[in-house]
Amino acid sequence: MAVTPDDVRHVAQLARLGIPDATLATYVEQLNGILLHMDALQAVPTSGAAAEAEAEAAGMRLRADSPGPVPLATAREKFAPRMLDGFFLVPRLATHEDAGEES
Amino acid sequence: MSASGDAAARLIDDGAAAVAAAVRDGRMKSEDVFAAALGRVRDTHVAGDSLNAVLAVASADDALEGRRAGALAGVPVAVKDNIATLTLPTGCASRILSGWVSPYEATVVRKLRDAGAVVVGKTNMDEFAMGSSTENSAYGPSLNPLDRTRVPGGSSGGSAVAVAAGIAPIALGSETGGSVRQPAAFCGIVGVKPTYGRVSRFGLVAFASSLDAVGVFGRTVDDAALGTEIISGHDVNDSTSSVREVPSMQAAAGRLDGLVVGVPKEYFPESLPQGMRDRCERALEALRSRGATTREVSLPHTSLAIPVYYIIAPAEASANLARFDGVRYGMRMEGEGVREMYEATRANGFGPEVTRRILLGTYVLSAGYYDAYYRKAQEVRALIARDFERVFADGVDLLFTPTTPSPAFKLGAISDPYEMYLSDIFTVTANLAGIPAMSLPIGRVDGLPVGGQLLANHFAEPVMFRAAYALEDALGMEAHK
Repeated sequence: MAVTPDDVRHVAQLARLGIPDATLATYVEQLNGILLHMDALQAVPTSGAAAEAEAEAAGMRLRADSPGPVPLATAREKFAPRMLDGFFLVPRLATHEDAGEES
Repeated sequence: MSASGDAAARLIDDGAAAVAAAVRDGRMKSEDVFAAALGRVRDTHVAGDSLNAVLAVASADDALEGRRAGALAGVPVAVKDNIATLTLPTGCASRILSGWVSPYEATVVRKLRDAGAVVVGKTNMDEFAMGSSTENSAYGPSLNPLDRTRVPGGSSGGSAVAVAAGIAPIALGSETGGSVRQPAAFCGIVGVKPTYGRVSRFGLVAFASSLDAVGVFGRTVDDAALGTEIISGHDVNDSTSSVREVPSMQAAAGRLDGLVVGVPKEYFPESLPQGMRDRCERALEALRSRGATTREVSLPHTSLAIPVYYIIAPAEASANLARFDGVRYGMRMEGEGVREMYEATRANGFGPEVTRRILLGTYVLSAGYYDAYYRKAQEVRALIARDFERVFADGVDLLFTPTTPSPAFKLGAISDPYEMYLSDIFTVTANLAGIPAMSLPIGRVDGLPVGGQLLANHFAEPVMFRAAYALEDALGMEAHK
């Protein structure tokens, strides 16, 4: 599974990383060098381990999905003094159709 | 330095408990201890001859407010640059987060402050904790205080140097694959990685969330035990933190009768330098002299740990670091449209190692490669964890290994990425299995420190520390020869 320059361009695009052409060849060589060592995993029998790995992930304990206070360096009232029904009130942006009015 | 300054500096060398007792009793002012710690920063950061371990120092007013009570009253602590602190920047030693100040504080820092500790400053590290030498910092490498031509290890190298150079008796680091234990071994101090879930990760900038842990450096086992105990415990802001009660981790150096120490043969390869092998044998003899029995065991999947780690960690990192895009945090580069802005910001903000790992992580998660790499790595990770479960179920209480395959290497000596990754070979397994582990000094080879590693079962830190206290006491000054 050798990595090609097109592969690096593709994953760089997925990762939103600008990779200059001058450094592309270096990354191709390095990724191939690293992934060569990963091929050792393919020879390992792992039947049963997959289910175990997934069971552990499914057992993750979660707290209730409810908001709570987070201690901030600056009190919320200082940077967002106006609120309505749990929402911040902010000035309308100039790009809004009815710019100039405030919500 | 004044007489009180000299006394304060000596007190730092005596350890955290001595500082706290003196401050609580009124024999020493926390202001004088803080000034002594800053004096040590100045002495070790002279232009042209700097250890380059501390990136930012706290102001006295901010640091000292109300620090006269508690288990760490007036104790200076240094904090790695990827752990959120109010007022001091949290930049992960990266250009992309340069100067960024968190709006909230990490739970571990709050707990230290609540115990009376004084945050002295933020410490250098490999960018986003990706590295094993602290050479990947946007601010240049930190130097090993015992030999300035060598690395201090990484990624928490700055925190290790801060403790080894006497700036603070305790420092916080973070571990994803050995980033506390390896620099502790290279700098001749103690480094602890707690059980995954023992310590809150709230406020630790995420690298690989299933592996990350906040760790503790200490000059002695007692400093490390005290720091670990204080930062442990459940946190509603981290759903992966355990609700288990936090046991006492401090102990007296006593007998180890009945304790069974396993010695995994895979951690003593033929390539291990003879001097390190000798120091390990001496440490095992010291454990036996205190009543422990030792026996050879096998962890057969150990050789697969590096390939597994360097698939899972970059995969998680590629997702975690997607948030640094020039919109929500830190620097922004201009570009034609939003995509160009993202790409320019990330290309200029991240260094080569971080870029390489994001590319690698994105590749192993991408369509067509996910099953071959990521899923397979997760399956082998389960086998590595099962190796440890089997050994601990078979009557072994602890494992003893060398912490690293070599002593501290020269700055710039390793340029091949995979060769650098291999320096973590004895430490990544604990992160993959989620078990606690620690490194403590067991001697020197050619003047360079050698670390011995203790690994324990999940949440068995008290057993691990009990053995560490005994080993430290039994070795005495031999640990630094």
